[in-house]
Amino acid sequence: MSIPYVCIDNVDFLIFLMQKKLLLDHQLFEITIQRLCQQLIENHNDFKNTALIGLQPRGIYLADRIKATLEANLGYNIDLGYLDITFYRDDFRRREKPLKANATSMPFIIEEKKVVLIDDVLYTGRSIRAALDAMSAFGRPELVELLVLIERKYTRHLPIQPNYIGKSVNTMQSQRVQVEWSIQGAKKDNIWLINKTDTE
Amino acid sequence: MTSLSVNHLLGIKNISKNDIELIFETADYFKEIINRPIKKVPSLRDITIANVFFENSTRTRLSFELAEKRLSADVINFSSSSSSVKKGETLLDTINNILAMKVDMIVMRHASPGAPHFLSKHIDANIINAGDGTHEHPTQALLDTYSIREKFGEVKGKKIAIIGDILHSRVAISNIYALQKLGAEVMVCGPNTLLPKFIKTLGVHVELDVEKALQWCDIANVLRIQLERQEIKYFPSLREYSIYYGISKALLDKIGKPVTIMHPGPINRGVELNSDVADSDAAIILHQVENGVAVRMSVLYLLASNKTPLN
Repeated sequence: MSIPYVCIDNVDFLIFLMQKKLLLDHQLFEITIQRLCQQLIENHNDFKNTALIGLQPRGIYLADRIKATLEANLGYNIDLGYLDITFYRDDFRRREKPLKANATSMPFIIEEKKVVLIDDVLYTGRSIRAALDAMSAFGRPELVELLVLIERKYTRHLPIQPNYIGKSVNTMQSQRVQVEWSIQGAKKDNIWLINKTDTE
Repeated sequence: MTSLSVNHLLGIKNISKNDIELIFETADYFKEIINRPIKKVPSLRDITIANVFFENSTRTRLSFELAEKRLSADVINFSSSSSSVKKGETLLDTINNILAMKVDMIVMRHASPGAPHFLSKHIDANIINAGDGTHEHPTQALLDTYSIREKFGEVKGKKIAIIGDILHSRVAISNIYALQKLGAEVMVCGPNTLLPKFIKTLGVHVELDVEKALQWCDIANVLRIQLERQEIKYFPSLREYSIYYGISKALLDKIGKPVTIMHPGPINRGVELNSDVADSDAAIILHQVENGVAVRMSVLYLLASNKTPLN
């Protein structure tokens, strides 16, 4: 079998050979979220002028967790909105199967606020571009940052980089990252790297 | 399901329950958008839509135009009164001339039943029927049923009485199809002369007494007397119609139970509906108008979403 893959280190090679690789187990998952929150607190202090925005459909679980963890640390409420980007995507009328929209819930405007966009996985960056566009319907923020749980390296189609990263991984196009949330019915919070051909 | 089973919205008869539910679900998201500070999304920015109206219209045309603009589509408007139709051009020629200007979708209102169905067999563009004679007015039925769903949570099991000029009403026919597909019970009520002869074959209840109809229903969808379509007299006078079929607060009080009042507009105040009802909390007429934009955005978006390579 020829392997069309540039091996960067042994872990990457193992990831490729295995059908399903655990990227973050539930313990590391929790530690990663705690670390991301501490990094956010370093930059945003009391969050008085900061709003969190979780991207639909999968970023909202991470956003909920980040909000809960921050509130547990700080002891007061932090603004969180959910943003759906379906109507702002650049592949409308270009996909074989149209995507279904999700609910947007933005109970505040972001004019002159610092905004942290939150998504579970950063891949091509196109969703984030759409999110930047969608977000502007709610005002002109002072600053926008991006927080992701998993950053897939060397896969960007656009010049977009996250400010806060849970874990960076080398992946191939034939793979996908699956984030399992206990709140969604999974046994534990886990993140897997899966070869697409096995399941799709 | 993420796309409609049809390429054109010609009538409710031609679409499935799943289609209607997808339109409603997508309309929910558009309703949130039209209540934002900036009420616009870029989805249809590479699409041109022609609103072709061979019959008068105020609210449907405004509603479609607003929906199209909220989706960032380019819009051109055509009305037959100021066009070459008056010079003897055929429908197909008129539409083909519009399409030659690279138009992707046609929203058409026409006095002849079946005109959009005819067009759909001859042209490639997506067609939305905005009313064809006395046949169908699908987006009105969708926004009516959407408004019922919004107020009551679901349409299934609800009792809806459609009261008024059923004979000349495309709104009635489309509403009957939509309500039945969603599991509601439908009654039509009006003077015998304004009820189509074979209306019972659609599986609806028929009632001649408006008081009994109101007692039966949860929601009354009140229709206007379409004098412009009536070539003969169907009842002695508007005054007499108003006495027997007009809905007043006194009549609703007499019923003694809450009835939600809907009207597709334009209202003839004092004829089918008194002001004390039209302006009361029982009426959801202005909600219908607001929902009309969201539902039309949904229909336009879903019809446009099939894969189309850029030329």
